[in-house]
Order: sequence, then structure tokens, then C-alpha cells
Amino acid sequence: MYDLNGISVSYSGEPVLQDVTISIGEGEKVVIIGPSGSGKTTLLRKLYELYQDRATMVHQDYALVPQLSAFHNVYSGRLDRHPSWYNLVNLVRPRRRDVADIEPIFRDLGIENKLFARVSTLSGGQQQRVAVGRAVYRGSDVILADEPVSAIDPHQAGAVLELIKSACTAVLAMHDVQLALQHFPRIVGLRDGGVFFDRPSADVDDKILTELYSRERDHAVE
Amino acid sequence: MLRVSLSFAAVAVFCLALADVQVTTLEPWGELGRIARGLLTPDVVVLYSFREAFLNTITFAFCGIFVGVIGGCILSVFFSFAPARLLCAGLRSIHEIFWAFLFLPVVGLTPVCGILAIGIPYAGVFAKVYAEIRQEADQSTLLGLPPGAGRLSRFCYGVLPVIWYDVKSYTSYRLECALRSSAVLGFIGLPTLGFHLETAIREGHYSEAPALLYAFYLLIASLRYWIRPRLVIAYVVASFAYVSTEVHLSRANLTNFLTYEILPWPMRREGYYEGTGEVTFALADVWSWALELAGTEVLEGMWNTLVLTQIALVGTGIFALVAYAAVSRHFAGRLARTLSGYALIVLRTTPEYILAYAMLQLWGPSMLPAIAAITLHNGAILGHLAGGTADGIELRPDAPRRRRDRYFYEVTPRVYGRFLAFLFYRWEIIMRESAILGILGIHTLGFFVDSAINDDHLDKAVFLIVASAISNMGIDMTSQRIRKRLRVSTGSVFTYDQ
Repeated sequence: MYDLNGISVSYSGEPVLQDVTISIGEGEKVVIIGPSGSGKTTLLRKLYELYQDRATMVHQDYALVPQLSAFHNVYSGRLDRHPSWYNLVNLVRPRRRDVADIEPIFRDLGIENKLFARVSTLSGGQQQRVAVGRAVYRGSDVILADEPVSAIDPHQAGAVLELIKSACTAVLAMHDVQLALQHFPRIVGLRDGGVFFDRPSADVDDKILTELYSRERDHAVE
Repeated sequence: MLRVSLSFAAVAVFCLALADVQVTTLEPWGELGRIARGLLTPDVVVLYSFREAFLNTITFAFCGIFVGVIGGCILSVFFSFAPARLLCAGLRSIHEIFWAFLFLPVVGLTPVCGILAIGIPYAGVFAKVYAEIRQEADQSTLLGLPPGAGRLSRFCYGVLPVIWYDVKSYTSYRLECALRSSAVLGFIGLPTLGFHLETAIREGHYSEAPALLYAFYLLIASLRYWIRPRLVIAYVVASFAYVSTEVHLSRANLTNFLTYEILPWPMRREGYYEGTGEVTFALADVWSWALELAGTEVLEGMWNTLVLTQIALVGTGIFALVAYAAVSRHFAGRLARTLSGYALIVLRTTPEYILAYAMLQLWGPSMLPAIAAITLHNGAILGHLAGGTADGIELRPDAPRRRRDRYFYEVTPRVYGRFLAFLFYRWEIIMRESAILGILGIHTLGFFVDSAINDDHLDKAVFLIVASAISNMGIDMTSQRIRKRLRVSTGSVFTYDQ
């Protein structure tokens, strides 16, 4: 699916990704971890740009429309599958068929009572789940999720992660390492814009994690 | 900022010296007692016989707004193209009454005339404001939508919900303006409120006029209770149904107007006298015709318009600076604030045309009624806005206690930038009003347009209207430049238009 070979990205002269080589096969579920500023978001964006038509992105800041209902935000994930007039009708009056399609996703996310709530009235965690719901409903082959459970408490986060895994291929950026190890088979550690380690979850031990994040402290001292 | 203000004030004083400002009636205050009595004893019974005028005022406004919104939506899509922006600026720069003058010969004194006269300039305004709202809206919402979705779907799901609130509040504010425009169009003969107001004031029925005015205030004040987004469509449909019984567009009239009547006189002269209606291309004659017109009526009209504009602009500023203190919590007690607040609402709800017309009866024809009317109407709007800005300021606990010190050293300096931005924004509006008030007799552009229309010289009228449009656009550009140089801004997209 993805075969990156020595990719580098820089923003206004500042290198963000340096010589990243990574390959992700079809059907793999991968989590990228690493200290903040290590290039996780940039890597996800890079992956997204490669196959825009096959991938969906869950943005770190959700990119929801606060004025619309949760239902409409999730429905907008499939705007390209319907003609404009159909979308327009759905905006004014949600069709029963689409509501029936979307309701189960809300149930899985634990926000079934918020289906028609305006997004601006939802809490941060609820909004985040709506954003995930939109990506899942879109039903593309690949989900790229940038911190998709950062605002959700741990025991609900598990269900959300499992839902994301229902996509064929999933690549996530997360900062909660324990959750990542519990739910995903492969972990990639990013540090300073490069791949620090890339191994199965079972082989990720405390030592390497300490090493991954220790650099952050060094930087802080500098 | 102070230097700019003082130079504007100096220009205004100079203009005032040149202007024809005098009271020509023998007893300027004699009528006042009768007017005051009339204001206190409005003849409510008579209102019933004016119900049709009310209905016309409302329906013209609704249909006009609808035309404006549709036109504005279409134009705003192309607003990034310079020709579209120029077109919108042109539409905006011509006053509703001038537009009505242009449509009169084609459709006569019919609803179509009123609806287009409101709808066309409003389309130019809506296009600009809608485009600006869209520009300033949060664009990040589009990120979450599938890249393959159609443009319409992306707009409806990613943009429209975000800008909806602003668009809605601006449009409903404009509905109030449209009602005012609709009422004023009666002064040139359309069957709206202004028609009966003019008659009542002219004939000295001082109990009828206030009744009409009070009813108009009530109408404006009650808008918020019966205007609901869901109902608006019903209102528009009902309005169109109501006026449609009277629509008759004559194609022959339209062609005649566009291909014959608005052509310069030298081109038509021969055909006119021989009765053949033929057109000659006497370019040299047209040129000298245009030059003569530009040197006489256009020049005089423009000069007087400019003189009136500059006086009224500074007058507006001074009145607003006084008025804002009267409605701000930093200077006035609760009771005083409430009372002056109501006074400002009345002044800004009354169209300046009506104010000017009433004062004309008191003081006789000169620039004075026009200056007073523009100053009061615009000053009330500005005072209200500046008062709102002032109330947003939190004074430090040890701020000067004396109100005078607080006014000059604490509050006014802080609201002054915003205030100037609002004032310069209204400069072009004041100029448009100055031109129009010529219809009441002072020799601004409106006077010459009005006489040209009365003489059936449409070519001349169009020439004058285009001249006024160009000068308005010039003022608009100057105002933008000054605002940029002073680095003052009105803050949000639509507060500055109120």
C-alpha cells in the first residue's frame, strides 16, 4: 500500500521529516508514536496526499462544521457518492435511509443520543467521536487518524480505536502509548523527523520507549 | 487622526461659507406649534384608508430584497473578478430613487419600478458583503469533506453553515433598510407610504403625517416578532402574488428606452423633428453636447453635492460625538440613556428624505434642511455605534471622576479610531443622500436629474446619474484609502453598514 523511501519534508526551511523509510501493507494497522514535534502529523499528511481518493483523514482539530448537527457532519463524509440535489435535500430534511446507515456508528461511538445535536453544543470528546464517525462512515480503504482519542477517556477510547480498525488499513498518530500497545499490532517510533524504531507491539519494551522520549527532555534542556 | 479630522472640519467651514444656508420662511418657528400639536394628536383613524400604501411598502420591500439577494448571491460568486467588482460598485453607487427614475419611462409608476429600484442597488451591496463574509469565514471546515464532492455540496456542507448566521443577520438588517427605501420611493410617486406622507406634510395635515410616521416606526420595530427564517419565503411568495396583478412589461417601451430615448439628443434630433425616430451618428455634436452638459449642470450639481456632503459629513461626526456620550454608560444615567437611546432610534428609523422634507416646510428652500436631515439621521446611526463601542471599554478603577475629563481623556480617544472608520464608511452614503436631496430644490445632482426627468430629457438624466455614480465611486475609493492610511477599521464585516 505505502512504500516511502527516504522521504523528507520541510516547512519554510525547517526540516520536519528527514529521510523517512517506511512501508505499510494493505490491511495493516499501525500506530505512530513519538514526542511532540517529531513529525507524526506531517507523516500522516504525507500519506494522505499519496492516495487522497482512497484515504480519509481524521484531523487533530476535528475540522467539523460546528453549526451543523452531528448527523450532517458524519453524512458529509459521503458527499461525493450522491448527486448535489440529494445532498441538498438531506441538508434540509435527513432521509430515513441515511439516518439508518449512520445511527449504528453513533451507537458504537457511544453518542447515539447526540445524533441530531448541533456540534457546537457537544463536548470536546463528543466532537472528536463525531470526527471519527465521519471518517468511518466515509468507508474508504485507509483511515489516517491524527490523535483521534486525545479528548476521550481511556475506557471509551478502546471502542473508538476498534471502530477505526474496522477500516482495511489504519495509520494513527497517538500519544497514549499504553492504549496503542493494547489495540495495535505494529508501532512506529518517530523522533526528530526520522524513524527511531518500527517493530511489533510485543517487542516494544520500556527501555526503548524511555529512549524515544528521553530525547525530548534533552531538547527541553537545550 | 487629529490632523485629518481638523482638515475635514476646515473644509466644512469653508463650504459652509459658500453654501446657501438661510431660513427663507417668514415665520420659521410659526409652524412648529402646529407640528408639535400634530405629533401629540396623531390621527389614527385615517390610517385605515392608507392600508394599501402600507401593504405596497411592505411588498415592494420584500420583493426588492428577494431580487437583491438572488442577484447578490450570483454576483458574489464572481466577486474575485475585477469586472464583477466594478459592476457591483456601479450598482451600489446609484441611489434607489435614481434607479426608479431610470425605470419610470420603461415600466411607469408600477410595482416593477419600485422592486427593481430597490433590488438592483441592493444586489450590489449584498454581493460585496456576502463575498466579504465568505472571505473571513473559517475555511478549515472544508478539510473534512471528501475531495471528490461537487462544488455545490461542498458549499452547502462546508461553507454555508459557517457563514449562515452572518448572512442572515445582515440580510434581515437590510430588510429594514429596504422598508425605508420603499417608503421613500413614494415621494416620487410610487404608491407607498412616502406618497401619502408627502401629501400630508405639503398640505399641512399635521395629524395625518405623524400617524403615518408612527405606524411606520411600529412596522420597523415589530419586524423582529414576525420575521422568521421559515416564514420569509412565504412572505416573499405572498408579496409577489400581491404585486403580480399589476405587472405589465412592455417590450416596445424597453427597446424604445434603451435604443432611442437615452441616446444623446444630437443623435436623435433630426429623426425627432421629422417624426421618423431615426438616429444619426453626429459624434462631434454629441461631444459638444456632453461637454456643455458637463460644464453646466453636471459641474454645478456636483459642486453643490460635494459642498453639502462635506458639511453634512462633519455635522454627522459632531452630532455623533455628542450623541454617543448620551447613550454610553460611562456618561449617562439609566433614565437619560434610555431616553436618548429612543431618540436615536427614532432619528435613524426616519428616512433622511422625510426629515429633510419636513424641515423644508419649516425653513424654506436652502441647504439648511438637507444638512440638518443628513446630520441627524446619520449622526444617530453613528452615535449608536460609537456608544456601543464605548460601552465595551472597561475603565480602570482610578479613571477620572469628572465626566468632562473622562470624555476627553479616557473614552473618546479610545473610540475615536473606530468612530472615524464608521464615519468614513458613511461618507459615500452621505454623498448619495446629498445628491438625492436635490429633488427637494437645492441644486445638487438630484435637482438636475429630477428636472431632466420632468422635461422628459432621459439622455440628460442618464448622463447626470452616471456622473453621480462616478463621483460616488471616487469618494468610496478615497474613503478606503484614508481608512487604510489611518489604519482604522470598523471591526466586523457588517456593523459598519448599519
